[in-house]
Amino acid sequence: MPMLLRLSGVNTYYGQIHILTDVDLEVAEGELVCLLGGNASGKSTTLKTVIGIVEPRTGTVEFAGEDVTGKNTSYRIKQGMAIVPENRRLFAPMTVRENLEMGAYLLGRAKKEDFERVYSLFPLLHERRNQLAGTLSGGEQQMVAMGRALMSQPKLLLMDEPSMGLAPILVERNFEIIKQVHEAGVAVLVVEQNANISLSIADRGYVLQTGRVVLTGPAKDLLEHEDLKKAYLGR
Amino acid sequence: MHLPLLNIIDTVRQLGWGGAFELLRNGIVLGSVYALIALGYTMVYGILKLLNFAHGDIYMVGAFLGYGVLSILGGPLAPTIAMVPLILLMFLGGMLGSGVLGVVVERFAYRPLRNAPRIAPLISALGVSFFLANSALLLTHGERFNYAMYQLGGDPNTGLPGPLNQPAFSVAGRPVTVVQVLVVSTSIALMIALTLLVSRTRLGKAMRATSYDREAASMMGIDTDRVIASTFFIGSVLAGAAGVMFGLYIGETYYLMGFLAGLKAFTAAVVGGIGSIPGAMVGGLLIGVTEAYAAGYVGGQWSDVAVFGILILFMLLRPSGLFGAKTIQKV
Repeated sequence: MPMLLRLSGVNTYYGQIHILTDVDLEVAEGELVCLLGGNASGKSTTLKTVIGIVEPRTGTVEFAGEDVTGKNTSYRIKQGMAIVPENRRLFAPMTVRENLEMGAYLLGRAKKEDFERVYSLFPLLHERRNQLAGTLSGGEQQMVAMGRALMSQPKLLLMDEPSMGLAPILVERNFEIIKQVHEAGVAVLVVEQNANISLSIADRGYVLQTGRVVLTGPAKDLLEHEDLKKAYLGR
Repeated sequence: MHLPLLNIIDTVRQLGWGGAFELLRNGIVLGSVYALIALGYTMVYGILKLLNFAHGDIYMVGAFLGYGVLSILGGPLAPTIAMVPLILLMFLGGMLGSGVLGVVVERFAYRPLRNAPRIAPLISALGVSFFLANSALLLTHGERFNYAMYQLGGDPNTGLPGPLNQPAFSVAGRPVTVVQVLVVSTSIALMIALTLLVSRTRLGKAMRATSYDREAASMMGIDTDRVIASTFFIGSVLAGAAGVMFGLYIGETYYLMGFLAGLKAFTAAVVGGIGSIPGAMVGGLLIGVTEAYAAGYVGGQWSDVAVFGILILFMLLRPSGLFGAKTIQKV
């Protein structure tokens, strides 16, 4: 399958601190890839490098056959990326509908079809559309965050720690939705600490440790990998 | 015995209901000018958490620009065009000029400090304020310029005021002049326009999203630099309009006029709850009315004391203001 996203030799710094070292990472069209790692392993920085909030000092980011290194976030989103940020980051004082609109910001006016597509995935959001996002429960907020990212019909959905701060039952429901979105043909890059659940739905996985990719392979192989079992899977 | 409180009661009696109405009228007119300035304060604070102390000076520049347009078009005694287009052009000049100035100030004085500690842009704002006030001092040689709008369409021989200073209607025998109606209604129209812009339009929603969480907004593809620049433009346009209104109503413009007006508008924004748009409107009116009553009943020298006394009271008793949300610390 053709490559959708390719990071090659990415080195990212915050000031003097070297965060990512020679990171190579690929996501093919329609693929579900997970990026695993503990705290401070560089997962979120990788994601920020992909979407252009952080620029790598060396290395390139290619998206949909184009070198987007040095292009700003708006440009990359226009090309078909969308993100569900860590902790969801909803616009709490705005309504559910307005939050969704912000997801389609670059398309100009949000279209009726886009709302309908998101509402059919999350019927509850239609019911709550005029409610302020900040008044929703954690699980509902996660739906808004997902819906907001899907408003722009992205080619690549980036998810930063979708299981963070959610009850186990909601985590499962959440990953079901991710799987559903993936089955609809959207490529997904999930950044997670919860290796078990993300590997169970992913095609491939990467493991980051102190800013380096230390392990990569098909998800089912990673699930069986001895080091990973010890470090993350608790088995 | 001579007690100040008895004096006040005496004055209230003497002025009666008619006097009370006149003071209320003056307060509302002045308050709608303050409210427009306060809106810019509160919008910029909402989006950048920056107290833009240069905002009062942008208002001053707006007042001068309005005067400039008036002079170019012949002045109040010999205008080269009719009154309505003249006033419209004065507003247009003051508003657009101030708007552009606000964007330039943001671009060069605040944007480079976007990621600096919060004290840095605050100091930069004070610097811009001094820079603008002193540039105006150099350009105007500290002279006062009077719009003298009562001359417009008036009779220079008899000194009879023009239509702007004729009563539009009367309440309890006390006149409300055309210019007073004009100031209040323009202010209300601008506030309605702003409210619609912020609540309905794509830009307004992006402004709210950016002011709530700038990074999340940029993750949605919102060009936050542009949204911030637009916020400065809109806030400064309102300040420019306020400057022209002040010129039309009171008349006298000078290089330091932005300082006190800026502080009072800042007070209005804090009283209303800084960051809140309806708060700035109500706060502005409250400050204007307080000032007018203090001046009328206690004495002109007390009006600033009353205004800033309110600021202190609010800081002590209700620091989040009338409409401000109590900030909940997020963890």
